[in-house]
Amino acid sequence: MTRVKINELKPLKPRFEVPDVLINDPPTEPLSLLSRDENGVVLSLGADSQRLIVSAKPFRLDIMEGREVLLSLNSRGLLAFEHLRILYLDWLLSLLGPSSISLDFSLPGVENVYGIPEHADSLKLKATDGGDPYRLFNLDVFQYEVFNPMALYGAIPVMLSHSAQRTMGIFWLNAAETWVDISSNTAGKTVFGQMLDYVQGSSETPQTDVRWISESGIIDVFIMLGPTPTDVFSQYASLTGTQAFPPLSALAYHQCRWNYNDQEDVAAVDQGFDDHDIPYDFIWLDIEHTDGKRYFTWDPHKFPQPKDMLQGLLDKRRKMVTIVDPHIKVDSSYKIHNEIRSKGFYVKSKDGGDYEGWCWPGNSGYPDFTNPEMRAWWASMFAYDQYEGSMENMYTWNDMNEPSVFNGPEVTMHKDALHGNWENRDLHNLYGLYVQRATAEGLIERSGGVERPFVLARAFFAGSQRYGAVWTGDNAAEWEHLKISIPMCLSLSLVGVSFCGADVGGFFKSPSTELLVRWYQTGAYQPFFRAHAHLDTPRREPWLFGPENTALIREAVRQRYALLPYWYQLFYHAHHSGQPVMRPLWVEYPQDTATFSMDDQFLLGRDLLVHPVTEEGARGVTAYLPGKGEVWFDVHTFQKHNGAQNLYIPVTISSIPVFQRGGSIIPRKARVRRSSSCMEHDPYTLFVALSPKRFAQGELYIDDGHTFNFDKQKQFIHRRFSFANNALSSRNLAPGSQFTTFSWVEKIVILGASKPSKATLKTHDGKESQLEFEFDASMSVLTLRKPGVNAGLDWTVVLQ
Amino acid sequence: MSCALLLLLMSLALAMGTGAAVEIQRPRGVPLSKRQFYEENKPFTCLDGSSTIPFDRVNDDYCDCRDGSDEPGTAACPNGSFHCTNAGFRPAFIPSSRINDGICDCCDTTDEYNSGATCQNTCREMGRKERESLQIMAEITKEGFLLKQQLIHEAKRGQEDKQGKLTELQGSKKGLEEKVEALRTVKETAEDPEKEAKERHLKAWEEQKELLRMEKDKTRMAEAFLELDDDADGYVSVAELQSHLELDPDSDGSLSETETQGLLGGADKVDTSTFETVWSGIKDKYLSEVSQGQSEPPAPVETPQEESRDFVSDHDSDHYPEDYAGEEEEDVEDDEEDDHDEEEEEEKVPPTVQTPEKREDDEVSMPPYDTETQSLIDAAQKARDDFDEAERALREVDDQMKNLEKEIGFDFGPSAEFAYLYSQCYELSTSEYIYRLCPFNRVSQKPKFGGSETNLGLWGQWAGPEGNLYSVMKYDHGQGCWQGPNRSTTVKLTCGKETVVTSTSEPSRCEYLMEFTTPAVCQEPASLDEVLHGHTEL
Repeated sequence: MTRVKINELKPLKPRFEVPDVLINDPPTEPLSLLSRDENGVVLSLGADSQRLIVSAKPFRLDIMEGREVLLSLNSRGLLAFEHLRILYLDWLLSLLGPSSISLDFSLPGVENVYGIPEHADSLKLKATDGGDPYRLFNLDVFQYEVFNPMALYGAIPVMLSHSAQRTMGIFWLNAAETWVDISSNTAGKTVFGQMLDYVQGSSETPQTDVRWISESGIIDVFIMLGPTPTDVFSQYASLTGTQAFPPLSALAYHQCRWNYNDQEDVAAVDQGFDDHDIPYDFIWLDIEHTDGKRYFTWDPHKFPQPKDMLQGLLDKRRKMVTIVDPHIKVDSSYKIHNEIRSKGFYVKSKDGGDYEGWCWPGNSGYPDFTNPEMRAWWASMFAYDQYEGSMENMYTWNDMNEPSVFNGPEVTMHKDALHGNWENRDLHNLYGLYVQRATAEGLIERSGGVERPFVLARAFFAGSQRYGAVWTGDNAAEWEHLKISIPMCLSLSLVGVSFCGADVGGFFKSPSTELLVRWYQTGAYQPFFRAHAHLDTPRREPWLFGPENTALIREAVRQRYALLPYWYQLFYHAHHSGQPVMRPLWVEYPQDTATFSMDDQFLLGRDLLVHPVTEEGARGVTAYLPGKGEVWFDVHTFQKHNGAQNLYIPVTISSIPVFQRGGSIIPRKARVRRSSSCMEHDPYTLFVALSPKRFAQGELYIDDGHTFNFDKQKQFIHRRFSFANNALSSRNLAPGSQFTTFSWVEKIVILGASKPSKATLKTHDGKESQLEFEFDASMSVLTLRKPGVNAGLDWTVVLQ
Repeated sequence: MSCALLLLLMSLALAMGTGAAVEIQRPRGVPLSKRQFYEENKPFTCLDGSSTIPFDRVNDDYCDCRDGSDEPGTAACPNGSFHCTNAGFRPAFIPSSRINDGICDCCDTTDEYNSGATCQNTCREMGRKERESLQIMAEITKEGFLLKQQLIHEAKRGQEDKQGKLTELQGSKKGLEEKVEALRTVKETAEDPEKEAKERHLKAWEEQKELLRMEKDKTRMAEAFLELDDDADGYVSVAELQSHLELDPDSDGSLSETETQGLLGGADKVDTSTFETVWSGIKDKYLSEVSQGQSEPPAPVETPQEESRDFVSDHDSDHYPEDYAGEEEEDVEDDEEDDHDEEEEEEKVPPTVQTPEKREDDEVSMPPYDTETQSLIDAAQKARDDFDEAERALREVDDQMKNLEKEIGFDFGPSAEFAYLYSQCYELSTSEYIYRLCPFNRVSQKPKFGGSETNLGLWGQWAGPEGNLYSVMKYDHGQGCWQGPNRSTTVKLTCGKETVVTSTSEPSRCEYLMEFTTPAVCQEPASLDEVLHGHTEL
């Protein structure tokens, strides 16, 4: 990894350097000098024969590996640095001039770049020649358009480049308004033109050039050299940290609406789920639950007894999320406002008074979340004795944290508003991260540091993954919006944010029944699974569309719940090592060029491939199954398909095309109950999908599902399942950890198996017993009946 | 997991009042009605016949049957169901997934036998409560049903009354129609002589006016001649006439000698008698020399009007940006409406300015009618008044009939038991609003502390489910919602002694739900014993 930092030697006043995003200062290594001449030096980057060539005139950096240039800085000479100048000066006031910065990067051999969310655009970024650049500026956009480089709610200035040879990353650490221009020498060429180049051998090397421009701050850029996608994820995680490990229940289904009207409504919806036997874990309350949009309060008529309501949910082992937005009603009878004002915690306007803007409550102040004292105070407001009516099964949603200011420029804060000494212009994109951070810290503190928080936010920045989940904001009930949810979450996954989802059903407008069903089916296989709807739309709880559609939605939600053990394990890995949960195919098949621009299907971990149906009236979809010599099993029919092919799959309204990779083992819980915590002690069914070489591997991660004990006290179970030489075994992957579970293994389903004469189970205490089994010869599926072993212990099943 | 059999102790005393306790053995979660399929120590055949398994695999916490029938007492089968006896209350089936999930579903606690959940047996209590509420309901139903009979009776009588009144009205309508026709003839007969007499009077007046006008013209001519005949030689010459530029036939600003001669009929001068013909050619243009000095052409009236139009459009364009900058969308709407009104008002101003006042000499009013004419007029007027009154009476009867027919035509239920709600209104006051239900008419909402009433829907139709159509009323086409549908209200009717709106809510934006009790939906009560024991198994 290489960091390039450019600042003024003696600026008139300090320029803003982004704090609180890097988890620690990356360790530095001394560079050894290889050679020098009058115009530059050649430095060794340590490992792998990588060298850095620094040229003075014109200034340029080239990162080489062997004889190849991996990346060049300022090769196009677009480096710009507007140093601070005095425009106007009198005895009181000095006005400093513009302070923008810019730098270009050239990526020889690269045709594909990804990342820099948030945009409602394809996964593979487009060349921006002749159009608007991709803009990074956190904004509350009303009814956003898809396939558009316009700025949206969040900004993560991280771009990944990928070719069949190498994956790299560029992290432009700057929180001001930022623009990214992309040009490519192959972008304009037709496939035929590229072929012709290839045949004639006259092809110039493909190259992508990228230019970053920011309004202020300094140039501080990290070059992550890969070379594999996994390496880039680890390198980025070492800088900004990994995904917060959510409570298991947060990975289950969430029921939201603007708004559930009152306690009776909440109780009726909760009962509706039981009456229709559809599981759910969280019910959400939007802004109308408050007393006049004063967050941390309850409407006294609609929610007179919030604790009774929460206790009612707790009795059913369910949870609630209430909204707490960062705009505070200016109202001298509102405690929160009075305290913030008296402590001087509000963002200030340029003339020194408290900055005020218009938002849901009317005239509002905006707490200065960049101030650590403010954040500590805010966190303390989530204590059970401060947030009246709150209980341990109540979590938090931070909306509008761009921040949204209805009467501000572009519906956000004025750039000259002051956060301490810094202007909003310097740190705008960082505000949302701080809001979510302070809230998450509050939820941790209220439990004495024991419980993992769950906080959903709309605005985010690099590092936000450490504080919770994000969603794609105020989408619409349109097929295009369903489709775009895939690349939008994939783009976030690539830059650290795994816990991503889109409003199921679409926020604005009312979905057709078919669209709603398809959205549930898609959302069930995306990380954050929440239905949400605008106040003005008709009700759309899952049972309001007739028994057939209720059954379709029930089935989609049940598939989600059955797969929760796998989701949880993927999130453990995302937390542990920074590997994304939802992955573009090229991440696992980096040399398969056919996958490079694919964004209508995706992988969960390495082992599940999902191709949701996102076309209206679809009769079939064509899924690409990657991997030459590999096989994939349809998870519903167990039918086997070869890899490296486009597979046409006829679909009906009940179809959710999902495939398990041959060579993998996935644990599920087949006993779907009304909430995830009801399923805690339930047994596992293992789905062993054999590779053509009759091999398979998988994992199982178990902990208490909601505390930090997995981390602080190593209280977890992490098992490795391996199938090889006709034996399936479970062994401990974390010998230093300890945890016990009631869960056991109730069934083992082996796909692509042949019929054994007997199956012998050997348990950890050396006892042997015979397992009964069933064999379906037509599908080559072997089902082992009731091994009955505890999921936390060693065991082996030998097939003979 | 070894819990194949469960010894169920059931005190049938509660349900049957015999006081005897019986022990019945059957696997956990199996209802008595299916007990014979689960015979201990015999192979068990799945209830769908799909396979047969050893009996020790029943309730062994592993799902062997596709229909889930081998695991009635565990959560192993995703499609299984568990039977709770709930002695003292009503037995129930719950999905297998609710067995041992830590949540007490069966009041006899049997669903949570291995989850650590501490459940209290609440069946007796629930049974007692249910009996109490059923008793109360039964009483309400009983009384309500009696009231309903009364309502039906009244409705029947009311219907008969109305029918009778309608017939009566039909009779009087006929009489009135005849009367109207008779009076029409009387009126027309009286109006003919009136018209003639009036015309006569008018004609005489016109002739008189013509005479007066000619006289006046002659006087003017004589005055003009005297005025023109400057040298008083008894002739008007070319030179004398030439000073009257207003007479210039080609309007080039000068009156040449030839032109003047033309005016004088080719002569150089004319005497008083010849001047008569000249005068008829010039009198429309001629300006008296006495008044000429003061008269100026009237100022054009167009200009100020155009200015005011400009003002209107300016005013509009000034308003738009303000509107869009507005925060409250509803305000924007209001503003736009206001603008509209203003515009319309501006447009209503007539485009032409007042017509010039009539000359005084035209204003001489017509002399009063002579007594003969006047008496004819009076007679005609009386005939007209009589006719109008008869017509009005007919219209009134028509309206009454229409209202009656409308009321008779309403679907007031199978026995017209809802007829008493017609033209009544019922109110419910909440913390913010007063809701008002006027059955078969409309639903509305009025803020408690000022503000105008909102229409939540007009009578649409009965909208209950099949077999129970008269349990739900639907009111729609209420006031439109911003960016949304028109407001509508669903009224759910339940049996009650009184006719009251008991609750209102807005489950979805602009879709209201109202609960309404009325004796009219009370069903004939079953005997209390039937209510209490009809659903119990034992």
